[in-house]
Amino acid sequence: MEFSALLAQLLNGLAEASSLFLVAAGLSLIFGVTRIVNFAHGSFYMLGLYVAYSTVEYLVGRLGPAGFWVGLVVAPVAVGAFGALVEIVLLRRIYKAPELFQLLGTFALVLVINDATLYLWGPEELLGRRAPGLAGSISLLGRQFPTYNLFLMVIGPLVLGLVWLLLARTRWGVLVRAATEDRQMLGALGVNQAWLFTAVFALGALLAGLGGAVQLPREPANLALDLRSIGDAFVVVVVGGMGSLPGAYLAALLIAEIKALCVGIGSVHVLGLDFSLSKLTLVVEFLVMAVVLVVRPWGLLGKPQAGSRNSAPAEAPLRPAGNGLRWVALVVFVALAALPLLQTWLPYASVLAQDVLVSVLFAVSLHFIMGPGGLHSFGHAAYFGLGAYGAGILLKVLTLPMPLAFTFAPLVAGLGALLFGWFCVRLSGVYLAMLTLAFSQIVWSVVFQWEAVTGGSNGLTGVWPAAWLGDTAYYYLTLVLVAASVLLVRRIVFSPFGYALRAARDSALRADAIGIDVMRVRWAAFVVAGLFAGLAGALFVFSKGGVSPDVMAVGKSVDGLVMVLLGGIQQLVGPLLGASVFSVLQDSIMRATDYWRAVFGGVILLLVLVFPHGIAGFFQGLGNAWARLAARKPALLPREKRA
Amino acid sequence: MSLLQVRDLSKAFGGVRAVDGIHFDLHEGELLAMIGPNGAGKSTTFNMVGGQLRASGGSIQLQGRELVGAKPRQICHLGVGRTFQIAATFASLTVLENTQMALLSHHKRLYHWWRPVRDQYREQALALLEQVGMAAHAERPCSELAYGDVKRVELAMALANDPRLLLMDEPTAGMGPQERNELMALTKRLVVERRMAVLFTEHSMDVVFAHADRMLVLARGRLIAEGDAHSIRNHPQVQQVYFGSGKTFERPPQEPQP
Amino acid sequence: MNALPTPALLEVNGLDAWYGAAQILFGVNLNVRRGEVVALMGRNGAGKSTTLKALMGMLDRHRGQVRFLGQDVSQQVPFQRARLGLGFVPEDRRVFTHLSVAENLEVGRQPERRWPDGSAALNWTPPALYELFPNLGAMQGRPGGQMSGGEQQMLTVARTLMGNPFLILLDEPSEGVAPVIVEQMAQMILQLKARGASILLSEQNVHFAEWVSDRAYVLEKGQIRFEGSMAELAADEAVRRAYLTL
Repeated sequence: MEFSALLAQLLNGLAEASSLFLVAAGLSLIFGVTRIVNFAHGSFYMLGLYVAYSTVEYLVGRLGPAGFWVGLVVAPVAVGAFGALVEIVLLRRIYKAPELFQLLGTFALVLVINDATLYLWGPEELLGRRAPGLAGSISLLGRQFPTYNLFLMVIGPLVLGLVWLLLARTRWGVLVRAATEDRQMLGALGVNQAWLFTAVFALGALLAGLGGAVQLPREPANLALDLRSIGDAFVVVVVGGMGSLPGAYLAALLIAEIKALCVGIGSVHVLGLDFSLSKLTLVVEFLVMAVVLVVRPWGLLGKPQAGSRNSAPAEAPLRPAGNGLRWVALVVFVALAALPLLQTWLPYASVLAQDVLVSVLFAVSLHFIMGPGGLHSFGHAAYFGLGAYGAGILLKVLTLPMPLAFTFAPLVAGLGALLFGWFCVRLSGVYLAMLTLAFSQIVWSVVFQWEAVTGGSNGLTGVWPAAWLGDTAYYYLTLVLVAASVLLVRRIVFSPFGYALRAARDSALRADAIGIDVMRVRWAAFVVAGLFAGLAGALFVFSKGGVSPDVMAVGKSVDGLVMVLLGGIQQLVGPLLGASVFSVLQDSIMRATDYWRAVFGGVILLLVLVFPHGIAGFFQGLGNAWARLAARKPALLPREKRA
Repeated sequence: MSLLQVRDLSKAFGGVRAVDGIHFDLHEGELLAMIGPNGAGKSTTFNMVGGQLRASGGSIQLQGRELVGAKPRQICHLGVGRTFQIAATFASLTVLENTQMALLSHHKRLYHWWRPVRDQYREQALALLEQVGMAAHAERPCSELAYGDVKRVELAMALANDPRLLLMDEPTAGMGPQERNELMALTKRLVVERRMAVLFTEHSMDVVFAHADRMLVLARGRLIAEGDAHSIRNHPQVQQVYFGSGKTFERPPQEPQP
Repeated sequence: MNALPTPALLEVNGLDAWYGAAQILFGVNLNVRRGEVVALMGRNGAGKSTTLKALMGMLDRHRGQVRFLGQDVSQQVPFQRARLGLGFVPEDRRVFTHLSVAENLEVGRQPERRWPDGSAALNWTPPALYELFPNLGAMQGRPGGQMSGGEQQMLTVARTLMGNPFLILLDEPSEGVAPVIVEQMAQMILQLKARGASILLSEQNVHFAEWVSDRAYVLEKGQIRFEGSMAELAADEAVRRAYLTL
């Protein structure tokens, strides 16, 4: 290809990098100080674009062309103010909650903001006007290059410099950096950290809003931007190293340029095969992230993360199920078994129950590595998807009989977990979460683009169970397999292997010193979780008759996280409760209103604020209180007996 | 032959030589204290023997087997138990389960996934807890224990693999004087009973002088003195870099002893 | 209370405190007057550090009256107490490891103070502190994480002094450092006292406490069991044996 065309692409990459950096810088700053992984950061970006659209339209009418630039300044400030409001009203209440719960809270915010945007601006894409004075293009080596991109190229490094000065050279910056290490000590030294946190959060939101606003002439405002940009921002922050602003810029540059190259070069001819590099753009950032994390576990310029000082209290030792729990389990099992008999009165019940059961198994498999394992996976849907696609491909492409396809499907997922797990278990915390996310995105993009085998975006259809597993029989198969899996996972948790996993989570240092191979134990657990997720995927595909790439998208992984956290991560019944409540809620709200996301987000927010330890944790708390009350009474009983 | 032989051991971080060519031996039945100012290289030496850090040079031999280059879990299986400066136990497990885990690991049963832990090595675990005086607390979660008790549990876990060598990093930090002496007396008894050796670091001079058979003094990564309590106490260089006047850990001589 | 000729700097009445569900302190009463160095002694787990943390407002649950400079501060959060002139030096050092020595001091900086009677309080600037701690002066640009334990200990004290506190709460200054550093700490406390500083310190090391303090309280199981001058404590063999176990 021509050199000038490549150069133009590289310059475009520089402009892209600025925008990526602005969003990522805010995310990194917020995480550094508050330790909150702000899922709603992409929503601030999206809001920045929408608000900029409206303010620019309004101000250009009043002030003429200058209104554009004023609008571009007003919008980020408005988003920053909104961020401050969010911090004061919501986040202040959940700083003391476990880290993952904060994530859940900000995820709920994503849903609410998305529907609020839909309500305020409508579903159509909105393309803003061109920047006055920068609407044209300049000629570079005989190619046209948009002038506005030059403005974008400058703004990234400019903001980097300003924020760096703010952090390195001002008292406020010193306090912010101190807060990233030890907030409690900061308070004891007379610093009002509440306002410091609000200010940092507002600044982060402002940067995200700015990142959105400057896109106005280039990209139409639309409702999918929140999740897309949060994905990009996570990748940039992690590749650069959490908390490192120069790292974030470097990572943004790296990713934007590699993307630009893929587009610029188009297809290459290697060893007689044609590769289309432009197809890679969907996944290139995740490939970069996977490579960087495998080689440099803390990102390009990051440092190993110090343990957070306000960690959650230790979990109580596990106790075998009491008689009460056993009875409840038996009653639930019998009730589920009876559902198909009630078809006349509750025609929809067993269909919903089938979905709930699959969700339960998916959540239990995720909980196994998240709870006892302490490995927070953001890409668990990959193994669910591998199970579902594995079954579909074995049946349709390799034309295996259904029972065989069904049996081998979990092994496909297990193999995937075996491969990816080897890399993942070497990391921890946010880095681990991001690497799992990267792998799941890579799998997703392969499935999405490998049309000949996977059916591409349409997915696979006609994946039905064998005739002798007609609808009711298939429901019973699901019920029995899910119940057996739940019991088996429980059994494993109480076995030496399950204990070794918890031991490695509680103190890797001690585990290592008594001779436990921490990596290997985690790797084995990762594979076990993959196998069960794959089984859930196989059960899913035959109940729906097909599968599309959506089942392994980020959204599905997040659903799993929400189920586990909602139920309570410290209890073994948590994922069962969480998955059931989640599936039923989602189903009923989705059918009741168009604004189901907002309602659903509102419900999650409420749960986060009311049940900071999950539903199962809440009931356990109630149980403990009851036990304490009851403990006072028996003292009287023996005497009464004697009398 | 001595149980542990350390020869010309070194560790450099970047350009800084944290430990610079130290030599020492440790014999069966011995309690060897390693003392010195902060930053002298005590923890670094410790972590090299335990495998948490890899030495840049030199050798560490336990009964003739080289430890440099081995991972902590391999060193554990070679017969080294260790406790940490900040006691590390499994907070969500009970005292008994903590000890059972150490035994399960020693007997290589970590990947057994069917029989519950509850009934495995229970008696042996209780016997170990009995030895460190924690049997009465067996069913309590480790997260609820007083700090001194956590250190005892840690000791029980470190003993589970029948170690020849026990590494104790500041075993009495954060303990009251009485607790300190009890723990060290217990350690001495175990060393004799089990024919082990102990290497420990310590800042509390009363503990060192009362319980160590011999001591090593490190300063700036080098071994500056080695010997018994008397010779170390009167060593001029040690007084200068470490003890000071002694005013903060000894009663003034003119005061009558109670 | 204001009628007293020399009102106590700090007056604590009936202080109870909890860690989670466990009650650690039971009705602790104590006071510190201006210019005094008072030692809070007792065995490990007796409640010394808990008392200091409760005075600083760093525990989630505590009850009882804490008056500082005649003002009731029991409902205030840590930063408010710090701004009134309570300085806290934690036992586990907690320097900001990624910040330089100079930046650590900057975090602690608060405006100059005057006593309620209008006289100037003991106010500090970085140069004055570098004079008091020459070691720190020689490494102003070094990150806190690359200092030795003894140097970190000094930095923590200096950082708290930057807040120009009327009263310094010093938690276990001698714990886990070499004897030669403990001696430096003692000399530093005596220097501060000579300049008029007021200090409440928690301490297990009897030799150290006797060297630097004017008065002592002895805690056992969260209750005050002894109160008196250092001379009285030195003479009271029964208390020393029962609660201090030399």
